[in-house]
Amino acid sequence: MRTYVLGLITNRLGSSALTLLIVSFAVFFATAMLPGDTATILLGQAATPEAVAGLRAAMHLDEPAFFRFARWLFGLLQGDLGTSYVNNVPVAQLIGARFVNTMRLAGIVTLIAVPLSLILGITSAMFRGSAYDRIVTILTIGVISVPEFMIATSAVLLFSVYLKWLPALSFAGDVASFWQVLKIYAMPVITLTFVVSAQMIRMTRAAVIDTINTPYVEAAILKGASRWRAVIIHALPNAVGPIANAIALALSYLVGGVIIVETIFNYPGIAKLMVDGVSTRDLPLIQSCAIIFCVGYLALITFADIVAILANPRVR
Amino acid sequence: MTISTTMPRRLSYRFSWVGMIGFAIILFWAVIALLAPHIIPYPVGEIVDEDYFGPMSSKLLLGSDYLGRDMLSRIIMGARYTVGISLAAVCLACFTGGALGMAAAVVGGWFDTVLSRFLDALNSIPSKLSGLVIAAAVGSSLSVLIVMLGVIYIPGAYRFARSLAVNINTMDYITVARTRGEGISYVVFSEILPNIIGPLLADFGIRFVFIVLLLSGLSFLGLGVQPPYADWGALVHENIGGLPFGAPAVIVPSLAIASLTISVNLLIDNLPKKIRDRSA
Amino acid sequence: MENLVEIRDLKVEATTDAGRRIEIIQGVDLDIAPGEIVALIGESGSGKTTIALTVMGYARPGCRISGGTVMVAGKNMLALSEGQRAKVRGLEVSYVPQSAAAAFNPSKRIIDQVIEVTRIHKLMSPAEAKEKAIGLFKALSLPDPDGIGNRYPHQVSGGQLQRLAAAMALISDPKLIIFDEPTTALDVTTQIEVLRAFKAVMKKSGIAGVYVSHDLAVVAQIADRIVVLRGGAVQEVGTTAELLADARHPYTRELLSAFEPKPRGESVPVAPESRPLLQVNSLIAGYGPVQADGLPLIKAVQEASLVLERGRNLGIIGESGCGKSTLARSIAGILPASAGNLTLDGHELARSARQRSREQLRELQIVFQHADTSLNPAKSIEEILGRPLKFYHGMKGKARDARIDELLDMVRLSKALRSRTPAELSGGQKQRVNFARALAAEPKLIVCDEITSALDTVVAAAVIDLLKEMQRELSLSYIFISHDLSVVEAICDEIVVMYNGRKVEEITPAVSKVPQHPYSKLLFSSVPKLDPGWLDRLERDPELVKTYVQG
Repeated sequence: MRTYVLGLITNRLGSSALTLLIVSFAVFFATAMLPGDTATILLGQAATPEAVAGLRAAMHLDEPAFFRFARWLFGLLQGDLGTSYVNNVPVAQLIGARFVNTMRLAGIVTLIAVPLSLILGITSAMFRGSAYDRIVTILTIGVISVPEFMIATSAVLLFSVYLKWLPALSFAGDVASFWQVLKIYAMPVITLTFVVSAQMIRMTRAAVIDTINTPYVEAAILKGASRWRAVIIHALPNAVGPIANAIALALSYLVGGVIIVETIFNYPGIAKLMVDGVSTRDLPLIQSCAIIFCVGYLALITFADIVAILANPRVR
Repeated sequence: MTISTTMPRRLSYRFSWVGMIGFAIILFWAVIALLAPHIIPYPVGEIVDEDYFGPMSSKLLLGSDYLGRDMLSRIIMGARYTVGISLAAVCLACFTGGALGMAAAVVGGWFDTVLSRFLDALNSIPSKLSGLVIAAAVGSSLSVLIVMLGVIYIPGAYRFARSLAVNINTMDYITVARTRGEGISYVVFSEILPNIIGPLLADFGIRFVFIVLLLSGLSFLGLGVQPPYADWGALVHENIGGLPFGAPAVIVPSLAIASLTISVNLLIDNLPKKIRDRSA
Repeated sequence: MENLVEIRDLKVEATTDAGRRIEIIQGVDLDIAPGEIVALIGESGSGKTTIALTVMGYARPGCRISGGTVMVAGKNMLALSEGQRAKVRGLEVSYVPQSAAAAFNPSKRIIDQVIEVTRIHKLMSPAEAKEKAIGLFKALSLPDPDGIGNRYPHQVSGGQLQRLAAAMALISDPKLIIFDEPTTALDVTTQIEVLRAFKAVMKKSGIAGVYVSHDLAVVAQIADRIVVLRGGAVQEVGTTAELLADARHPYTRELLSAFEPKPRGESVPVAPESRPLLQVNSLIAGYGPVQADGLPLIKAVQEASLVLERGRNLGIIGESGCGKSTLARSIAGILPASAGNLTLDGHELARSARQRSREQLRELQIVFQHADTSLNPAKSIEEILGRPLKFYHGMKGKARDARIDELLDMVRLSKALRSRTPAELSGGQKQRVNFARALAAEPKLIVCDEITSALDTVVAAAVIDLLKEMQRELSLSYIFISHDLSVVEAICDEIVVMYNGRKVEEITPAVSKVPQHPYSKLLFSSVPKLDPGWLDRLERDPELVKTYVQG
């Protein structure tokens, strides 16, 4: 049995690796579609043909696209993220500290959103159809239906414009006291928690409802088990896999949310770096940031799938 | 989104009032988008207020923007871009993805395996990230935006249509059709499609919401619709400076987006239900 | 109060998709004395399970108990709070579900689920409960009573799970147990063991029972009294002996008559020089990756050979997993055989339907068990029947319309059904349309895969009569696949018995009407008879049971 489970997990990891390969291929070729010649764009229209040719050779732009992809991928595997077109420093250096900032933001949001969503998602599934369930459902659909920037601007309007509790903008460098830190993180964290929790609550609720509607939960109730016992002892252990998947999928909304939130609150993370990179068309920077986000997301999904495999009694 | 109100024999439809409100708001925005140039009170580019971020007044119903232009006119014209681009993109995504998905389910074999593998991998790239990468590479003209938004949502539409079609494909009536000697196109269009058209239309609506949200998000970042055009997301972007004053110019476009997306969700959750009691 | 259960004027409402409320139980009265086993019998939709569940004060989601009283041991279950009802459930009244496989929690060990009742109601210590459970496992003749509880539900067979579910119901020494079709999902040879175990335990401990079933012969073995239900109302009540001997209600008589052996029509004499209609030679078919020898990993059918003469019928019988449906599918070319050959009317058939000519496909039609999944719900009956007419015969317009009417008439359906969709028809009507579609092709041979298994007894009998009639009129042949011996005997000239992918015996009436092979004997003798004493008198060779029954 143990080797069977190991086999399943190896299989899942292999599949993730293949997905990652396809994703990096897609990212590379999307950016390589750039109309016009990169070297000309970098050097400007006035550059001499010799200079352009020299740069092309130096950047390996004269090689077939597939070789460039292989070279780029090989570099990535060795930790070489390339050199920024715009300010000519290694991309890794640009990303470094900002990566930590983004991870810190994402970590705080996860720590708040996951328990909150589990409680709300599971209880609303248990009391399906009640007033409580309806309020939770309407709120989550409301949050899911609007753009992230609207949550962010609403938070600013409420907390800084009307209530004047918090500053509208945050700078993570300025951390004199605990109070300051709280003020800086409050708004981005509130916004992201809303965005992520809404998705997570909805998916958790659906996963739990699926397991509540099974004959074995009915059988437990007919054994005299209370509603709580039927859900906690019988439904939840079987919902672990689906719930893990729901959480992983919902956390992927962190990526979209973080891009908006870092921009609007001027937070020095990699998402902000990437958005700035798009305006300056700094392709190596964009490629690296995109790959970092994709790896993060794939790791989450893979982890959730492995949890689901381990939680399934049929393979245990 | 059109709703068939035909009532075939003995069948009637029950349409909840929540769904009707959703439908009415969608219809409202559709009409606004169609008639926009004829109903705007002021030309969109004209500066009509000496003050910027002006408040709501009887002259400027929704106030003025960061240059003193009429917000109402800009919202009305913005409806064209938000609704028009999203609708074109969702058609591209759902028709392409839907057709590929059904074909993959019926044909099976390596065609299905390779296509599913590839599109599922693309599906694992968060949509906003794809938007940023493509915007960086090829810019964001209106036609690029439509194709980009459509392509980003093809894998999702494919996956949804395929999973529905795979379920139908295991039904005995499909086996019956195949052992009768029917070809693939008959199986897809006559046997499978009529059974999944309802969920496919609902998916069309949901994907429309996704696309509106993504387009607004990109425009908000300044990477979507570019001046002189402006969709609702771009209106929030250019007027974000008014946020500390709570200016209507930054609030109203957000509300416009929310009204559209929430209405579509309400309509999908409360679609007219067929009443078919056997013991009628 | 002398009765354990007294139900008076019980009414249950259900909410339809459109939000309308309809009364599905219309004023039912029912009494159960202590220690008495009462059977609720009726077709699907008769309300038998709904009534049984109200004894526990429970209604499934979408249903609501809207009136009446349900007195259980002096308490009105409908007047109690949810918490008070929970105290009765599992303790005084317990429940054995139709599918124990679905009703056991897949992620918990069996023993923990069996003794959960004692934990919920704080009856005894876990150690005592385990000991008691093992005693019950022994009484229910489960193999390895000490160890079986430590397994997970997916690690034991269906017949064992059904008995484990009974142990779960018995552990609290309830006054009443509700059995909800507890043997319907089992094979006949397994059913015997489970029924015997149930009966022995119930009689020994004097527990009352409600036994819900659609099968009169099964009920006759175990029930003291039978309540016949239809459309949510009681049709007839009587002791088992009374009811079987002297049924008064027409519906009960219909149910009984479905059990009477049908005289088989005179079989057509086979002209000696004519070639057989279908020949199957050493067919091998299965699933899974192809091995080095070119055969699939899992061989569901191994070296099966059959001969079917023109105008005759061939029955293929066996229990679940014996390969009978796989054989049907490879004859139809849906699952191409890996080896062997097929000849239809003297012409070699390609193994895969894709390689067969349109004419060959037309001549051999297949009809499936579930009319629900065989008819496209998005199409009208007219479209469903019209397609093969156009596809095979190029019929259009008026000619096609006339032919559709003719086909509906042949299967005894009203022309008014033409424009309906399958969802608007009853189960029996759907199966008739399903059959009419095969007739539309004007085939020589129709393969019928369990076509009566999903139908209620009375409806199934009518469908069999229709099949026989069609055969006389259209000179058809059938291959009739079923797990139900009485159905196969009613229509087939020859019967092939399959076990474990192999044909174990071919019973030709000309040679012998009695099975010779030990498995066939076991199978034939396991079919319940209407006689209430049948189960007690039935003797089975324990060696045979050990060899062939996986229950």
